[in-house]
Amino acid sequence: MDEHTTASAEDIRKHVRVYLIVFAALATLTVVTVAVSYVHLPILPALVVGLLIATIKGGLVAAYFMHLVSEKKVIFGVLIITAVFLVGMFILTLSSFHDQEGIMTFTP
Amino acid sequence: MDIPYTVTARPDTGVFNAKLGVWLFLASEVMLFGGLFAGYVFLRIGAPAWPGALHGETYAHASEVLNVPLATLNTFVLIASSVTMVMAWASLMMKNFARYRLYMGGTIALAFVFLIVKVFEYGSKFEHGLFPSESNFLAIYFTLTGLHALHVIGGIIVNTYFWGPGAKMWRTDPKRFTNRIEVAGLYWHFVDLVWIFLFPTIYLL
Repeated sequence: MDEHTTASAEDIRKHVRVYLIVFAALATLTVVTVAVSYVHLPILPALVVGLLIATIKGGLVAAYFMHLVSEKKVIFGVLIITAVFLVGMFILTLSSFHDQEGIMTFTP
Repeated sequence: MDIPYTVTARPDTGVFNAKLGVWLFLASEVMLFGGLFAGYVFLRIGAPAWPGALHGETYAHASEVLNVPLATLNTFVLIASSVTMVMAWASLMMKNFARYRLYMGGTIALAFVFLIVKVFEYGSKFEHGLFPSESNFLAIYFTLTGLHALHVIGGIIVNTYFWGPGAKMWRTDPKRFTNRIEVAGLYWHFVDLVWIFLFPTIYLL
């Protein structure tokens, strides 16, 4: 049986406490994200810090609100395949810069 | 028509069908937003300046063009709506339907707050003549945030149905209804998750 459909009311009360802790963590990390942006770091460190905090926040949402911490293998299978295709799409898109060298001019 | 396996987890997958279905749908959503993010990264790397020139002025940071305080407020609003959504599901698990209605109503209300803030944000841009056709930066900003806003509207429609007429199922098939709220929650948390990545990349970098 799916763990979430069989959990007792007491288990759920424990979950609720975790949800509130995650909420506090997400709010704190949002404040940190905005604070870091006002430092105006160079683009690469700013990107690394911004995406790192976003990944932590996204991880918390996925792990606790979307219950991935106690999810079945089949869901992780779907997510792993998605991640592979996503990375592949990014590599394909960005690798096209090599074709464009010297001829690519963008106007913002 | 009675669709099988709506409540009980299938022995081969370990999850009930609706959950697997929604996760597959979310996988396709990852590819949709991922493609747009890849386009954003591609254009940004190639741009000599970002956001660059707008109406004769050159901007070095997106925060000079976009409204960061409003976007920060919207981030808090969406995070709060994610919490109320998961609390709505937890309330059903604890057999408290009145509490479910309260939390689900809170989720819908917060989603409307998000959209109202967005309307003010877009309105201010249009007033200043900042349209998607002005620059790559604005095109990406409106495309990504606009697509996200459409997802919020989709979530409002689904959640409002489950708050109102769809909630009748609680009396006849409470377990199935609880499962429905869980999968509706998966979608809503995904919308929150997308914003968590949109906010720093579009507004703050």
